[in-house]
Amino acid sequence: MAAPVAIHLEFGGGAELLFNGVKDHHVTLPSQPDPWDVKQLLVWIQQNLLKERPELFVQGDSVRPGILVLINDADWELMGELEYQLQDQDNVVFISTLHGG
Amino acid sequence: MTDEVGYLKAQLEEKEKDIVALKNKLAHLEKSNASVLELYEKVTPLTPLKAKASLSNEDIMRYSRQLLLPELGVQGQLNLSKTSVLVVGCGGLGCPLAQYLAAAGIGRLGLLDYDEVELSNLHRQVLHGEENQDQAKALSAANAIKRLNSTVECIPYHLQLSSENALQLIQQYDIVADCSDNVPTRYLVNDACVLSGKPLVSASALRMEGQLTVYNYHGGPCYRCLYPVPPPSETVTNCSDGGVLGVVPGIMGCFQALEVLKIASGQGSSCGQQLVMFDAQDARFRSIKLRPKQAGCAVCGENPSVTRLVDYEAFCGSAATDKCRKLNLLSRDQRITVQDYKSIMDTAEPHLLLDVRPLVEVDICHLPTSLNIPLSSLEYRKSEHIQLLQESISQLKQQMEGDCRPPVYVICKMGNDSQKAVQVMEKMSGSEVDSITVKDISGGLMAWAKRIDPTFPQY
Ligand SMILES: [Zn+2]
Repeated sequence: MAAPVAIHLEFGGGAELLFNGVKDHHVTLPSQPDPWDVKQLLVWIQQNLLKERPELFVQGDSVRPGILVLINDADWELMGELEYQLQDQDNVVFISTLHGG
Repeated sequence: MTDEVGYLKAQLEEKEKDIVALKNKLAHLEKSNASVLELYEKVTPLTPLKAKASLSNEDIMRYSRQLLLPELGVQGQLNLSKTSVLVVGCGGLGCPLAQYLAAAGIGRLGLLDYDEVELSNLHRQVLHGEENQDQAKALSAANAIKRLNSTVECIPYHLQLSSENALQLIQQYDIVADCSDNVPTRYLVNDACVLSGKPLVSASALRMEGQLTVYNYHGGPCYRCLYPVPPPSETVTNCSDGGVLGVVPGIMGCFQALEVLKIASGQGSSCGQQLVMFDAQDARFRSIKLRPKQAGCAVCGENPSVTRLVDYEAFCGSAATDKCRKLNLLSRDQRITVQDYKSIMDTAEPHLLLDVRPLVEVDICHLPTSLNIPLSSLEYRKSEHIQLLQESISQLKQQMEGDCRPPVYVICKMGNDSQKAVQVMEKMSGSEVDSITVKDISGGLMAWAKRIDPTFPQY
């Protein structure tokens, strides 16, 4: 069994509007047989934080185009994307790209 | 006698001063008239920018405070004077960007914008003034820049950047700054920069946030490396929908100017594989390390599939403007005009007027009898709002005495959200709320202001 993981989730660039306008979420992912990865985190977010209109946040088993995922201040592409195994106290940011000028 | 001589001498001196002042004024006027700016409606070849051999005394005085910086110095200043920068978009980002580049002594500025100045631009597009309304933004910006620094060569382009003209234009400049306001233009500018090998200093802003990255720079990633697939068009919010605090693009445009000046002077930018995010609410900047250039990128990768410019509006499924597009989701019998609604109001026909805009917009203006339930509350089936809606419908039903379907008219700003709301409510009718007849008021409150009540505010 993997121990529960406490992480800090942040939403920005307008993505917070899908979560009642709340940018910061300190959450604890419960204990489960395998370690938590980002793919499972996306499912957990959909089931626990995002109740409606999931298509504005996810597409397939990943985030929708136009949302950038940052893990501990680095692009998730550098961290293994969906396969990255979450560590206790990790900081995960979901930021919607802005286009206005 | 001596008194009179002294008096006449003083008079003469005074008149001589006047003559000098008048001569200066005339020279100044002649100079500014000679440099009346010509507006470019299409892309034409430019003469190459000549490198200065040395700084003039006037240059030294004008730029003295920045010449003192070892990071810039004389060589950096000379480098600025031989650099040309294309500013794509003369709006909230482009205005402060162009202003600081001109003040710092950049050699040539291409100022591109297809749009004209409107009153609602002035809170953030700070080169334009009240007297410039309806003028081409490119020209208005160029005139303001000329007043600031007449030695900067300004080329105002009043045109829409397109797949046909972008390469020819961008090839003529050393650095490109993306200050545009829509997704298709961002992909177009990126691809044109990759295909012509130009660094792209890109920023964006919305509401209280800003983002900045330098793309296609020193082997770093391009915009497509980061965003290979455009966002679904319904997830994109523009400044006219989402709002923006003017100083936020102001800060981001200044930041862009900084990175352009570092590249142009030879210091180099450190934002090549980095995303800078600015949160104005928390007053916080944050730098994120980005992925490197992607081998599989469609335009800058090893086997690019994009080898010439494509149709970016088709690629993105949206138009290359920040204007709101008009949706057409309903059939004709599901919609009424503002004139229809006026007569419903005048005949006091029992009905419910539902305003589905967010509360912040209802605070700006609203019709007196409307019930406000934001579209998002309907979409998310917020229980307190659904209950409020049901109560209003029940009251109306009692008032109408009979087992009819009470009419509900839905209004918003432009008539897009109201159509979505009609679709949501049709699903709810007869199940979550009593059976209703629900219709949208075509064109919304802005049509009401234009056609029915000219005293109603527009925003
Ligand atoms: Zn690329």
